[in-house]
Amino acid sequence: MTTTNKISPQTPSQTIGPYFAYGLTPEQYGYNFKSWVDNKMVDPSKNLNTITIYGKVYDGKGNAINDAMIELWQNDGETKLFGRYGTGSDESNHFSFLTIKPNSVDGQAPYINVIVYMRGQLLHSYTRIYFSDEELNNSDITLKSIPKERQHTIIANKTSDGYEFNIYMQGLKETVFFQI
Amino acid sequence: MGKLIYNQFDMELQPPYKAPDYKSTILRAPSKPLIITKKNLSELSGPVFKDFKLGILDHDLTKNAIKYGDPIGERIVVSGKVTNELGQPIPNTLIEIWQANAAGKYIHKVDQHDAPLDPNFLGAGRCMTDANGNYKFYTIKPGAYPWGNHHNAWRPNHIHFSLFGGDISSRLITQMYFPKDPLFEFDPIYNAIPKRGRELLVSSLDLSITEPEYALGYRFDIVLRGHNETPFENK
Ligand SMILES: [Fe+2]
Repeated sequence: MTTTNKISPQTPSQTIGPYFAYGLTPEQYGYNFKSWVDNKMVDPSKNLNTITIYGKVYDGKGNAINDAMIELWQNDGETKLFGRYGTGSDESNHFSFLTIKPNSVDGQAPYINVIVYMRGQLLHSYTRIYFSDEELNNSDITLKSIPKERQHTIIANKTSDGYEFNIYMQGLKETVFFQI
Repeated sequence: MGKLIYNQFDMELQPPYKAPDYKSTILRAPSKPLIITKKNLSELSGPVFKDFKLGILDHDLTKNAIKYGDPIGERIVVSGKVTNELGQPIPNTLIEIWQANAAGKYIHKVDQHDAPLDPNFLGAGRCMTDANGNYKFYTIKPGAYPWGNHHNAWRPNHIHFSLFGGDISSRLITQMYFPKDPLFEFDPIYNAIPKRGRELLVSSLDLSITEPEYALGYRFDIVLRGHNETPFENK
């Protein structure tokens, strides 16, 4: 990089606010505007190993948030996937995604990137979903860099319905968020 | 200029997670320090829009929801350039927009404001930057609206923007404001931004964008985090 490059100031972030649904997740919420992305990240007729990841987003009082938007980003070099879903179209404020588990890259435990947006967040939050049935979790550099008592906050639990991943914005169970 | 760490939020320009004057942040801002991590392939890639098909009227909110006739309000055209932190244009990246109508009413089901919906206006649209990072869309100037944050809280006129850029760190959700809005000084969302960054969200009236006898033009340039010249390619 040459020293003549001028640095342009980053455009500041602002909250997604409470009214994003008809613009960003319109079909999910029943608005008359075509969605270009949703929570079905893979076609189950073409993928045998689909998994469902589901959960809720909780505020500092333990209430499930009904106006958060979640995006999943994953790329293991073989499959690159993107999904988006809001927590406001389900009575109990769940999100859910249909995807496949990424492969391990460079010996690291497989994970999916998560971006969380909501009213009350002026900047979005980054986290990751790891999977409870992965041996590689025990030796993963990123997981090991996190205090032991917090590691479980980003490991989705395998259940009979898929993987459960709840996001806690604050409190004792506060999810690990990353600086990215 | 403040010290810039590439690909990280520049906190001399960005709002904090917790800004108590904006009350919703109090129970929703992460309270523990963020964990610093190495970027892998997954962080360094994002959705690719090379073959993305916009609807023909996606970029024109004055036409994309017409039922009976034109929507009511002041027609405007908004245009600008999307670059990275080195000023390099970001081509072919998707911009999603949503906003209130001229009366300050969102079509969203939870909007309680006692103001009329416009049967000919949805308030959502999309456009793509061209090869030089430029974008343009047409809309109706949104009205101010009240919100419950504090007594007599009213939001300055704004348009919501969502942008991608090259990877997970260039992702941006923001709001574009209009010049010299008298509500700026009372708005905790705008004022959560450090003083030095606020002006960056204020569009400018631009006669070179304005279309004679048709629509006033506003310029709003956007700088996404990061400095990769080529944003990303699909594998
Ligand atoms: Fe708004």
